[in-house]
Amino acid sequence: MNLLDIIGANITLIGSLFLLLGSIGILRMPDVYNRMQAGTKATTLGSILFLLGLGLSYIECGCIGRIIILILFIIFTNPISSHALARAAHHAGVKLTEKSVRDNLRDDEQKEGART
Amino acid sequence: MAEVIISIAGYIALGALALSFIRMIIGPTTADRAVALDTMTIISISLIAFIASRSMRIIYLDVATVYALISFLGVIAVARYIERGI
Repeated sequence: MNLLDIIGANITLIGSLFLLLGSIGILRMPDVYNRMQAGTKATTLGSILFLLGLGLSYIECGCIGRIIILILFIIFTNPISSHALARAAHHAGVKLTEKSVRDNLRDDEQKEGART
Repeated sequence: MAEVIISIAGYIALGALALSFIRMIIGPTTADRAVALDTMTIISISLIAFIASRSMRIIYLDVATVYALISFLGVIAVARYIERGI
């Protein structure tokens, strides 16, 4: 029981560091799309590790089942919402940063427009 | 020992919440603010689970699940609003 506490606490600490890295990426990245990439991937991994560590560390609470349900919900919904936001920002005409080299969605839309 | 490490992890997650809040205040476009709000909800779900585990109340995990559902629907609604208006 004590060993499981220590393992869960360390997993929780690693997850919180991932959450902090995601937030620093949101604050420092130059563009909407880069911010979205940093803030979604790192935060998803960080929250999964954080919740899993809490469920392992407080195993006598009996809440590991609900935490697994919560983790599955986050895995399923977080990429969908990020994808919808990225598509909406691109359709709304938010500019990419100057350092970006290619924009595949704009090229595909121009190709579709030329075909029809 | 484990309690101290988990408390440090909770404070680090609180700092992450504050950093995302700064981006939500100063974000130049609406999409920036929506992205920062999405990140803030994920960190808030983690913090609600933290409080639920610390105070040994399983009912707070149901609160976290419902909060995740509501935030997902809210982000989808904001994305539709940015894309084509209400």
